[in-house]
Amino acid sequence: MQVLQVEGLTKNFGGLRAVDGVDLTVESGEILGLIGPNGAGKTTLFNLISGTIKPSAGKVTFLGENIFGLKPYTICRKGLVRTFQSCKIFPELTVFQNVILGAFFGTSEKKSWEQAALQTREILEFVGLAHLSDVPAANLTLLDQKQVEVARALATQPKLLMLDEMMAGLNPAEVEAAMTLVQKIRDQGITIIMIEHVMKAIMNICGRIVVLDHGKKVAEGSPKEISTNKKVIEIYLGE
Amino acid sequence: MIAIINTLINGLLLGGIYAVTAVGLSLQYGVARILNIGHGEYIMVGAFITWMLHTTTGINPLLCLVVVGPVLFVIGYLVQRFLFKTLKDRSPSPAAFEGSSMLLAFGTLFIIQSLAIFIWGRNVEGYSYMAYSVYLGPLRFSANRLVILIFAILICILFYLFLAHTRIGKAIRASSQDPEAASLMGVKINRMLAICFALGAMMAGFAGMLISLAYPINTTMGMQYTIIAIIVVVLGGLGSILGSLIGGFLLGIFGAIVSNFEPGLTLAAYYLLFMVLLLVKPSGIFGR
Amino acid sequence: MKAENVSKRYLTPVILILLLALLIALPWFTRPYMVVLLKTILMFTILSLSWALFSGTTGYTSLATAAFYGVGLYTAAKLGNVLPVPLMVLCGGLFSFILAAAIGAITLRLKGIYFAIFTLSTVELIKNVMHWYEINVAGVRGHRILHVSDATVFYYLLGITVLLLLVTYLIKRSKYGLALSSIGSCEEAAAHIGVNVITLKVFTFALSSFFVGLAGAIMATSINYIDAYIAFDLNYSFFPTLMAIFGGMGNLFGPVIGAVVFSYLREILITRFPYAYMFIFGLVMVLTILYLPNGLVGLYQTIRLKLKQANNKKEKTLGGKHASTSS
Repeated sequence: MQVLQVEGLTKNFGGLRAVDGVDLTVESGEILGLIGPNGAGKTTLFNLISGTIKPSAGKVTFLGENIFGLKPYTICRKGLVRTFQSCKIFPELTVFQNVILGAFFGTSEKKSWEQAALQTREILEFVGLAHLSDVPAANLTLLDQKQVEVARALATQPKLLMLDEMMAGLNPAEVEAAMTLVQKIRDQGITIIMIEHVMKAIMNICGRIVVLDHGKKVAEGSPKEISTNKKVIEIYLGE
Repeated sequence: MIAIINTLINGLLLGGIYAVTAVGLSLQYGVARILNIGHGEYIMVGAFITWMLHTTTGINPLLCLVVVGPVLFVIGYLVQRFLFKTLKDRSPSPAAFEGSSMLLAFGTLFIIQSLAIFIWGRNVEGYSYMAYSVYLGPLRFSANRLVILIFAILICILFYLFLAHTRIGKAIRASSQDPEAASLMGVKINRMLAICFALGAMMAGFAGMLISLAYPINTTMGMQYTIIAIIVVVLGGLGSILGSLIGGFLLGIFGAIVSNFEPGLTLAAYYLLFMVLLLVKPSGIFGR
Repeated sequence: MKAENVSKRYLTPVILILLLALLIALPWFTRPYMVVLLKTILMFTILSLSWALFSGTTGYTSLATAAFYGVGLYTAAKLGNVLPVPLMVLCGGLFSFILAAAIGAITLRLKGIYFAIFTLSTVELIKNVMHWYEINVAGVRGHRILHVSDATVFYYLLGITVLLLLVTYLIKRSKYGLALSSIGSCEEAAAHIGVNVITLKVFTFALSSFFVGLAGAIMATSINYIDAYIAFDLNYSFFPTLMAIFGGMGNLFGPVIGAVVFSYLREILITRFPYAYMFIFGLVMVLTILYLPNGLVGLYQTIRLKLKQANNKKEKTLGGKHASTSS
């Protein structure tokens, strides 16, 4: 089943085409990698799909429903959630408060405080942050902060999770931990798209990879195909 | 036809003052990232120093420039050095500084205004200087406003030359474009920011001096000139003196047109224009 | 330890109820001057609590309080002779609510200082237009308003204050309170985890302004004469802002403390040294922003934390005799 279909998605900033007619389909249960050099339009593509900014043209269909140009909170409540490249947690709030916000507002169903709290505790347990529950998020390490952001996203009970450079800035051991977490999330039945520069992570856990350059999709295929694709090698070596 | 030309001329005469009003604010926000909501208070102080000197000693108000300039420079320098720099050092982020520096500027506004009221009272003051008309064919100018315009343009040109050709001016421009690179090249950023703020206050003082030549002044007039200065910067762009001149003239003409129809609503029209501009360019009204 | 917790839990409500009872009884046995003073204090308490409810949580600095207060005053001036007092007060609140909702709806895209200067200009715009209208169109400047006794006004204000405290308390402990803080913390992220930031912001802004309108409408009955310059005085925007920041917004009662301290100071100074008051106001504002960013409440919390840490250290050096109480 297709979770997400993107057709001809385009964004103009003044004269610049940041994203230029991108087509993309995401199958249920897969981990799709999105790579490309800096400025290729990866994050802009995320912004367009998740409603951060309004697309100029194209079609975005999520679970058979048109979500083109909708507001971020509506898109989130339909089950599509994203994280940010520069980690955007709520530093003044505790880990628990960060995550319970997702539980309260991320779905359309009404929840009592007890229900939301129960769900929050389960998710904190799942990502391994239960022991930090009452710590202000500002006091955490970068890895933990990123995990809080993921936990908060999971609390909205998504069908599709979009991770923007989750591994950036992590040391090798932490990358290992983050990779395990991503696979664990997929095993829960949540489809994942991830923008990533850490090639090791991409090659190991992604079933399929899409390559962007100058706002256009230039290649698509399995990690093996991508790593031998002439065009992709050119882009990365020519950088 | 004559009426239209007269309106335009009135607008230009008004615009000169507006330009000088804005130059200082533009410099302070452009370089030091302080939206100095107390800017108008420095203008008021400049106006009152001029008024006081002229009415007590009888010297030519235009000569008061030599007193107004240094006094306001020193005040501005001290305010930046002791208040805004402290705040900057204590702020967690540039965005936090921008927000709280505005509140800090409000605090200075109250302090300056209350001191001014203490010294000069609350009455509307003024004096008459060259209060006669000059004619050019069918067109009529009031002489003092013409002098104001000439001086306003002169001040802008001199200030431009100062920024373009002196060492301090170049350092200020470098700091505004790339503070890190400037500091690597040996520019003392903190000193530059203080000088920059001080120069802004000095320009405000000059604006006040010019205003006092032809308009009634009072100690609570500051806020309206702050708003005018902000509008001019929005219209003309940040950090450029030519921009301030253009913005000043645009606003002056706009004001002259409005007051042609309904003088009582000029100020209201300024506020309305300002709010509309804010809404149209929400994220960066201070575009370069 | 359990008994201690229970007593602590009931301590605050008990103190509050006693305080409320004292305030209710006050007009019967104090000098009239005291009631007048308390009126001002309560009025500023309402204004700064209302400011803290929206601006304190979301980080959007509103300087439009004076506009809502002025709308309340003018409502009383226009409707005071037509409607019974309770209805007139309610109208004041409603009109402020509507104005705030409108301002909120058109300023959605404005952030930071832009929102602040926009709201500031709103006050000035209304003031100037109103002034012009009264002179040129209506032909009358200013209004006389029917008079209501000080004690009655006091009870109205007390009622509004209690209601506002209650509303603030309930919002703060609900999911919406959490959502408001998330907007103040990082609005973009809040929107992406499903918070309807626009509706929440506009509604909270309007709700907080509702109380300001109520206060304005009832306070108008103590003023003999109002015109645009009196009603839309920017000080009604600046004072509550400083009071809330000075008191501190980390606690429900921070703005109350700020308002009490400042209104009292204002009362003593304004008659004898009116400009000294403005000077002190500016000075405190500067010092608060520089050295007390979290206000008196923040200062108190920091001191308590330090004392606690010092105590803990002491206990540790004593050989952990009381280790069980240190958690």
